Amino acid sequence: MNLYKYASPAAFYPLAGRLIPWFAIPAALLFIAGLYIGFFIAPTDFQQGEAYRIMFIHVPAAWMGMFLYVLMAVYAAIGWAFNARLSSMMASSIAITGALFTFLSLATGSLWGKPTWGTWWVWDARLTSTLILMFLYIGFISLQAAIDEPRRADRAGAVLAIVGVINVPIIYYSVQWWNTLHQGATIRILGKPTIAPTMLAAMLTMLAACWLYSIAVSLARVRCIIREREQRADWINEGAGA
Amino acid sequence: MNAHPMLSMFRWIVTRDLTLAWRRRADVLSTLFFFVIVVSLFPLGIGPEMRLLQSIAPGVVWVAALLASMLSLNRLFANDYQDGTLEQMLLTPQPLYLVVMGKVLAQWLVSELPLVLIAPLVGVQFGLASNTLVVLFFSLLIGTPILSFIGSIGAALTLGLRGGGVLVALLVLPLYIPVLIFGAGAVDSSIVGIDPMANLYLLSALLVLSVVFAPWAASAALRISLE
Repeated sequence: MNLYKYASPAAFYPLAGRLIPWFAIPAALLFIAGLYIGFFIAPTDFQQGEAYRIMFIHVPAAWMGMFLYVLMAVYAAIGWAFNARLSSMMASSIAITGALFTFLSLATGSLWGKPTWGTWWVWDARLTSTLILMFLYIGFISLQAAIDEPRRADRAGAVLAIVGVINVPIIYYSVQWWNTLHQGATIRILGKPTIAPTMLAAMLTMLAACWLYSIAVSLARVRCIIREREQRADWINEGAGA
Repeated sequence: MNAHPMLSMFRWIVTRDLTLAWRRRADVLSTLFFFVIVVSLFPLGIGPEMRLLQSIAPGVVWVAALLASMLSLNRLFANDYQDGTLEQMLLTPQPLYLVVMGKVLAQWLVSELPLVLIAPLVGVQFGLASNTLVVLFFSLLIGTPILSFIGSIGAALTLGLRGGGVLVALLVLPLYIPVLIFGAGAVDSSIVGIDPMANLYLLSALLVLSVVFAPWAASAALRISLE
């Protein structure tokens, strides 16, 4: 079987349609399992009480936000370098999910911060760099939205994503140094040396669920993008999109 | 003049852009006045208490420099794009990298250097000590070229787009953050009596990085925008 065949949007469109349930259903099951372990089995934290349970969505969301940015840049770079349209479409599709996860991690983080730290927001290094990551996503999405011609949007987005990826470590370390230089952080994200096995299990289950969810949603969204861009192609009007 | 064709191309770009800027002096001055006005607004908004002003001065001056540099980005390629000159530059056998380098250098000389020169004067408004003013001057001297280089990528990407001005801000400001941190950090540490050299070295490292990579990214972006 020639896998390269699926680099063509026409071949990928039906394949993506068939793959979505294989990711969406396990994602839903794992979400239920993860939330059940997180809410009912994992023990109450002796320092933070029940509020810590928001970590089970916060931590996976933060990881996904960072990881999806890199993944998006890789897809965009491949799409630019090899002129692979589908790859660029995947990048645009992933960007939205990544931005949502980054936003979710900021929102849940501040919900957790209020009872635990007593404040919605601290200029902690990690919070600040996540906020900047959010800005980078917004830049990518709004640049692509401002360009009408799809291929130019793909390539321009690729340049920006690559520049962003090079900058992410610089930004991360500069923010960290800035934070330590400015003042000794009065509040720190709790270093958890050991974590109860059930907590870890809940966290990992939720992480797997977030992964599968991201794949399913990106595939669904890329199908929309394909439909939009290929609306004049013959295959799409012949009802090939099963 | 029998200079190497690449060198003469570079020199031609710089002198041409400088001449054009000289013919439109008002544009250049407006960036400078923008910087001075923005910085002067802060004491009006915050109050005249000198100790407070001293502690916010590095951030205020640097953020104002960031915004001023962003405002002048629109002029970097837009005029040449509109009258077709940029397309001709793309067709020359000389690498586009040099065109971008030349234009960025000219833009820096025209819009940022005056700002660097006036910054110590503005710093006096905030009651900064003389050694801090020196650090402020050097941090801007090293830092503002980085802003021009990073900004050239954003300017190239948004060439000819509707709402280009605001979009450039969205793209470029997050990338400016390390420069802001190290630049303001140098001034800040000089105020509290720590050696500011560490921050200035980091700023210089960023300058070297951006000189090498930014024109390359900007010329790739120009090719995409002019396709």
